[in-house]
Amino acid sequence: MLDPAVDPAAYPKVRTCPFAHEPEYARLRAEAPITKVPMAGGGTAWLVTRHDLVRQVLGDPRMSSDRRRPGFPRLSANQRPIPSVAPLLVGMDPPEHTEARRAVLAEFTVRRIEKMRPRIQQIVDGCIDDMLAETGPVDLVRALSLPVPSLVICELLGVPYADHDFFQERSSLMLRKSTPVEQRAHAVEELQSYLDRLVTGKEREITDDLLGRQIRKQREIGEVDHHALVALAFLLLIAGHETTANMISLGTLALLVNPQLLAEIVADPTKTPSAVEELLRYFTIVEAATSRVALEDVEIGGVLIRAGEGVVALGTSANRDPDAFDQPEEIDINRSARRHVAFGFGPHQCLGQNLARLELQIVFDTLFRRLPGLRLDAAIDDLPFKSDANVYGIYEMPVTW
Amino acid sequence: MRIEADLDRCVGAGQCVLTAPTLFDQNDEDGRVVVLVTEVDDSAIAAAREAVHVCPSGALSLVDDR
Repeated sequence: MLDPAVDPAAYPKVRTCPFAHEPEYARLRAEAPITKVPMAGGGTAWLVTRHDLVRQVLGDPRMSSDRRRPGFPRLSANQRPIPSVAPLLVGMDPPEHTEARRAVLAEFTVRRIEKMRPRIQQIVDGCIDDMLAETGPVDLVRALSLPVPSLVICELLGVPYADHDFFQERSSLMLRKSTPVEQRAHAVEELQSYLDRLVTGKEREITDDLLGRQIRKQREIGEVDHHALVALAFLLLIAGHETTANMISLGTLALLVNPQLLAEIVADPTKTPSAVEELLRYFTIVEAATSRVALEDVEIGGVLIRAGEGVVALGTSANRDPDAFDQPEEIDINRSARRHVAFGFGPHQCLGQNLARLELQIVFDTLFRRLPGLRLDAAIDDLPFKSDANVYGIYEMPVTW
Repeated sequence: MRIEADLDRCVGAGQCVLTAPTLFDQNDEDGRVVVLVTEVDDSAIAAAREAVHVCPSGALSLVDDR
């Protein structure tokens, strides 16, 4: 599903293969790790391809995440800021960002997420029970990849799962590069007014979920910031859907086509956490979140980036940097891949990363244990990969067992 | 070696806790780092170094007092 509007000379490059990354990035890492390139959405930006420099850019407080600033890189022609949208965490700078992130962080600490394990296990088992009730083939995306993170984030936030078709469709539209601006804005508005009503309801009658707890906490300190809560719900709902779902599909695919890796984690599930890190590194599905604009003149890697110029810190390239990972094109579940930047780096590093890790670990452990005969029911080349989306993945993945 | 944590910089990603759970924890209020073991002996230095390396906000450092 290539977007015909994308100039082949522009960046970031459209992914054409789920496993191999764009060969041009290897050349850039070696020859010009920070270089000005034409952007797919128009204009130019500095493309940063080396692992150490990507970390440096994302950790630099002079690099702004505010998408409304002129010069902010545009990864696709339709990716323009929608004025009606309140700033989300991903688009904020300190001190606003620091405060907003800290307000909700208690919900995402390693210890707190670990407490969700039994419930996530139940959710995964429930989805697999439903799969087993069918004779197959089944679309893994519909049966497992989407419902698991969706059920988890809905329960955490206190959003009725019955409405999942509504927000999954809008979430998917928003992440597709080809979605026209007007249609994107409409999807955003619909989702916002849905969440606006939901938060209003919770303000009237506080529920025991993340949004309810935020309302209670805000009341204790002072006024409830309704709009900030709607924006938070919006971000978590969107971010909680497509990312983990796509990693479930892609990770399952990678394990199915590498039976020796699969055999290794099935024989020794203590290897699953490191396999998850490696799969996160290998696929690095999010490209859109690591764009920045310089607030002042900044020198990075010997290159002067002027105030107002856009920078794209390319995690996909950083995570295939041979200086950071030996044989980066290989999936090696025994390597220590934790230094990857698949969740970004710096103060904006993914808030839900530990939840994502736990979901992926439980899914891979449970899926292959309960369906040892699982196999793909299509040729890999026929799978509809999301080359046209800001989060890479697979639209449909028929499997049988 | 001594572990230092800059709480102003910490963004509570929890990477230190994942890397070295015996050395680090997060507080329940805003998820910021709690250093469980300040002075690290030789057996824990590698883990402490890795935690410093994966910290996304640069909040952690290892200081040699000797």
